[in-house]
Amino acid sequence: MDRIPILQMGRFLLVTIQVDMHDRLAMTLQDDLTDRITKLQAKGVLIDISSLEMVDSFIGRMLANIASMSRILDAQTVVVGMQPAVAITLVELGMSLPGVRMALNVEKGMRLLRKSLSENGMTEDDAQAGTEDGDGVVGQSQ
Amino acid sequence: MSVKGGTTISEILKKHDASLLKDWLKEMDASGVRRDDLMKEAELQQQSKEFIGLVREAAQNGDVADIRGANWQQVREFLIDVSRTRAQQGFSPSQTASFVFSLKRPLFDRLRAEYGNDAAGLANEVWTVTQLIDGLGLLTAEAYQKTREEIISRQQQDMLELSTPVVKLWDGVLALPMIGTLDSARTQVVMETLLQKIVETGAEIAIIDITGVPTVDTLVAQHLLKTVTAARLMGADCIISGIRPQIAQTIVHLGVNLADVVTKATLADAFSLALKRMGVGLAKLQPQKVG
Repeated sequence: MDRIPILQMGRFLLVTIQVDMHDRLAMTLQDDLTDRITKLQAKGVLIDISSLEMVDSFIGRMLANIASMSRILDAQTVVVGMQPAVAITLVELGMSLPGVRMALNVEKGMRLLRKSLSENGMTEDDAQAGTEDGDGVVGQSQ
Repeated sequence: MSVKGGTTISEILKKHDASLLKDWLKEMDASGVRRDDLMKEAELQQQSKEFIGLVREAAQNGDVADIRGANWQQVREFLIDVSRTRAQQGFSPSQTASFVFSLKRPLFDRLRAEYGNDAAGLANEVWTVTQLIDGLGLLTAEAYQKTREEIISRQQQDMLELSTPVVKLWDGVLALPMIGTLDSARTQVVMETLLQKIVETGAEIAIIDITGVPTVDTLVAQHLLKTVTAARLMGADCIISGIRPQIAQTIVHLGVNLADVVTKATLADAFSLALKRMGVGLAKLQPQKVG
């Protein structure tokens, strides 16, 4: 069964969705991602949906779910590169994805993640230093 | 009967060519078809003359009752052309149709003179001519209507294009000045243009200025919220500006929740907020000293 690859960049995880999402794929992604976040102690998740051209309410909800799961696991989620047609569809479906942060492209999304990381008193070097979970941050500032 | 009628009409048209034209023009004068302010007399005369000539030719060649036939092709084209020009020149529909209908009386006069006491023949011929003229008149009205519709749809298209400019104010700041009443079709276009532009320019902030929107009801507010949400989904922040006092009151009275949207009173305020978010400051230049 095909999976959506999850790439690691320091303390960030990068997910690029390049195929049409079907429900099983979405569920697998959800499982994989939560696993990887805990295993790698990731501080940020970046989901690139720039090649996603079709969404339904299920995929919309899945994006929202992934964002809240990551937040509980102490990782910020940024969704980047949403197509205009997809945005219009989601709005028409009544899904405004509150609580999910958005950015125009990967570059801006990364900047957003780094900013939120430094707001929490961590530098990227700390983040890249690896497995030691030495930051004294108890909760994420929302 | 129609074949005989055909010859008669074309004969009359041939025989009384000049006097018919004169009477027809007089008739047009009386019925108010002539509009010297819109069209020169010589032009009208030329048109009338051409029309009589074309009808005569068509009537000579075939069936008078069937104006949809091939031999009436030229007459039809001529009439449609005349009608189109008149619609553009600003003639009213009845004035345009009367151009054809006013030919009836001069024609009937000639027929009466021709037939004399032959009541049955006259009645027959009058019926044929009436049918012919009515058909041509209806054709004129139809063409007029069609031209009007074309003009209207073109204007609508123009308005749609005119009304949705997205302008770039600064690197990463877009503005969308909305003018006129918002309906579903327009908002859809506005939304799509804005989102497309956000993708193209990579803008992070979009300012929607509604100074030119006369009224805001629940539907318009909903449309605005949709646009803002869609832009947010793409990673751009929206600021709504140009909300007039009355509109602010209406929005609150309608119970529309704009709490999640940043709103500013003027475009200038929104722009300065956008610059602040982009980390850009504006300062006055030092006055230059002369000499």
